Amino acid sequence: MSLDNVTSAAGQASLSGLMMAMATGDVEVVDLTHTLDPDFPVIILPPEFGQCARFRMEEISAYDGRGPAWKWHNISCCEHTGTHFDAPIHWVSGRDLPNNAVDTIPVERLIAPVCVIDCSAGAAANDDYELSVDDILAWELKHERIPSGCWVLMRTDWSKRRGAEYLNMRDDGAHSPGPNPAAVRLLVERDILGFGTETVGTDAGQGFHFAPPNPAHFYFHGAGKYGLQCLSNVDQLPPTGAVLIAPPLKIKQGTGSPLRVMAMIPGRCATPAAAS
Amino acid sequence: MTLPLQPPPKKDPQKRTRVPVRPPAQRSRTGTYLCAFAAEGRFALQVCEACGATQYPPREACAVCLSMALTWRDVPAAGMVLADTIVRTSTVVYFRERTPWRIGTVQLSCGPSVMCHLHGDCEVGQPVRVINRLDKSGHGVLMALPQTDTAHMEDDELLRELTCDPKFRRVLITNGRSAAGQALAQALSDAGAAIVFVGEAESWRPYPGQDALRQIPNVEVLPMDVTDTDSLTELAGEIGGKVDILINTARFVRPGGAMDREDIIFARDEMEVNYLGLMRLAQSFGPAMRARGADGVNSATAWVNILSVYAFSNLPEFGSFAASNAAALSLSQCLRAEMRPGGVRVMNVFTGPTEDDWHQPLPPPKVVPSALARGVVAALRDGLEDVYLGDVAKDLIERWRASPKVLERELTEVEDM
Repeated sequence: MSLDNVTSAAGQASLSGLMMAMATGDVEVVDLTHTLDPDFPVIILPPEFGQCARFRMEEISAYDGRGPAWKWHNISCCEHTGTHFDAPIHWVSGRDLPNNAVDTIPVERLIAPVCVIDCSAGAAANDDYELSVDDILAWELKHERIPSGCWVLMRTDWSKRRGAEYLNMRDDGAHSPGPNPAAVRLLVERDILGFGTETVGTDAGQGFHFAPPNPAHFYFHGAGKYGLQCLSNVDQLPPTGAVLIAPPLKIKQGTGSPLRVMAMIPGRCATPAAAS
Repeated sequence: MTLPLQPPPKKDPQKRTRVPVRPPAQRSRTGTYLCAFAAEGRFALQVCEACGATQYPPREACAVCLSMALTWRDVPAAGMVLADTIVRTSTVVYFRERTPWRIGTVQLSCGPSVMCHLHGDCEVGQPVRVINRLDKSGHGVLMALPQTDTAHMEDDELLRELTCDPKFRRVLITNGRSAAGQALAQALSDAGAAIVFVGEAESWRPYPGQDALRQIPNVEVLPMDVTDTDSLTELAGEIGGKVDILINTARFVRPGGAMDREDIIFARDEMEVNYLGLMRLAQSFGPAMRARGADGVNSATAWVNILSVYAFSNLPEFGSFAASNAAALSLSQCLRAEMRPGGVRVMNVFTGPTEDDWHQPLPPPKVVPSALARGVVAALRDGLEDVYLGDVAKDLIERWRASPKVLERELTEVEDM
């Protein structure tokens, strides 16, 4: 009996097909990640609390006396610097769940379908725009019921903001869009894999003032769901049908990490599907 | 009559920059005591404990009674010019480049007659006051000034060699986010600085005073973060050759000591800003400043560190912050030595608690931003090296000099657990 019977022929066909599709442009890859650089804003907490370390690079050598044939840097940052992943252990409500850290999340969960809810018009008109139950139901009416095990991204085009407008910090704190408590509870009911935003947090800038405070962190992580923040190019994704790849670093009992977030989408310059 | 200093012309880009040279630096150990007093702008000489005679030059035994019991004391600085002369040339390159140079003999009211540098407005037979200031080799030298101030006297060429006057010079204040940085920007602008560059880190988050800062005349706000090596490399590449006075106002302060904190997070920030920030600045801005120590009217002249006086002796309420300042103090002594070949003064301005959020629960006296700014400008005008601003700092350094150990025990009396 040949060992070929042990592996799935259909699986191999899918993988080969995917590679072919990427080569022909039938499948495109979109980079949803900001460059990790020292100037990228991080979340700001009250000054008595420990802060999110900014991203820093220290050159060790650059083909010089410190190291003649090579160039390298030491880097430093927080687990939550730049485009990053939040694991359930990050929040008090998720501290006791099984497989709740970046090193214990089952790796197959890190490639998953993604739904994109477009709130860019609302966010353009209102810095504190709330993703609501109505927004979610309207999206489902138009596309499909949000399936279990998928990422849901809140598109706001916030990633196009630069400088002080990104964090949008005022005297009463940051002002940026996010989900309200009811919307979060609905998405937990849908059993999504995780929630992603273009801002520095999965919660709205003023999310501390909801009941409960920071509902996205509290409910999502409390239910074993994941988070993605500081995403960019979300406007290049279709509302449904794309595949998100988001594996964080395998840090021992890590609460998150900066990562490369990519999406595979149907190619945009491929020939239109033949009319059926 | 002193001619008023003129704003310098733009530098000719085809000309080589004058390389700094220094006046003679050899001194005996006893002679080096003059440096210690000049660093604080004090006129001090040895006084004999046995017969009371004031001594000059510094020596081992009393010139009158040969007693070895000589003590350095602050003495009256009044005197009268007996004779003057003009040095036209010298084998010492430093003086050769700067002749004609006026020197004279002054009879001090406290006893000895001294040979010293003469301000252009001093006349033979007229009363003068003598100052003890650091020269470009970092040693204390005596200079006679007219007894009462004369017009533009700070512009005298000889006196300007002993001072770090901000007039017509370009200043870099490393952090404008704090009230102290903003007060300094105003004070340096008022003192006649040609440009006041102000560093601003993390412009993606706002801070009080950021609009008013930009309205101050001659202020240019530029991105700069002492914790980001790249940002300093970039800024130094752009303006490093234009920094005549650097004032490091970057500071990270939190309460807490060794055991009462639960982690090293804030300690890391304290070391990152207060110590490594200083080192990064030294590496990015130091070399160009050192090379430009003799570069005309707006030569590079001073590096100013704002430090906590608790760098000398730890205050447990701010124990980790104090330790980071102790590290910075030690490094600043190293930096002072490294900058000396360029004739650039490294000045440490020590204060006790400052009037700000992190010292809010502490009782007065605290140093307000405007007092800090005034103190720095005055110290630059006097070319000092060690400045103790405010009552707490002055009191603490006196106690430290009397006995560091007694001070340590006094400062560290904490409540029982």
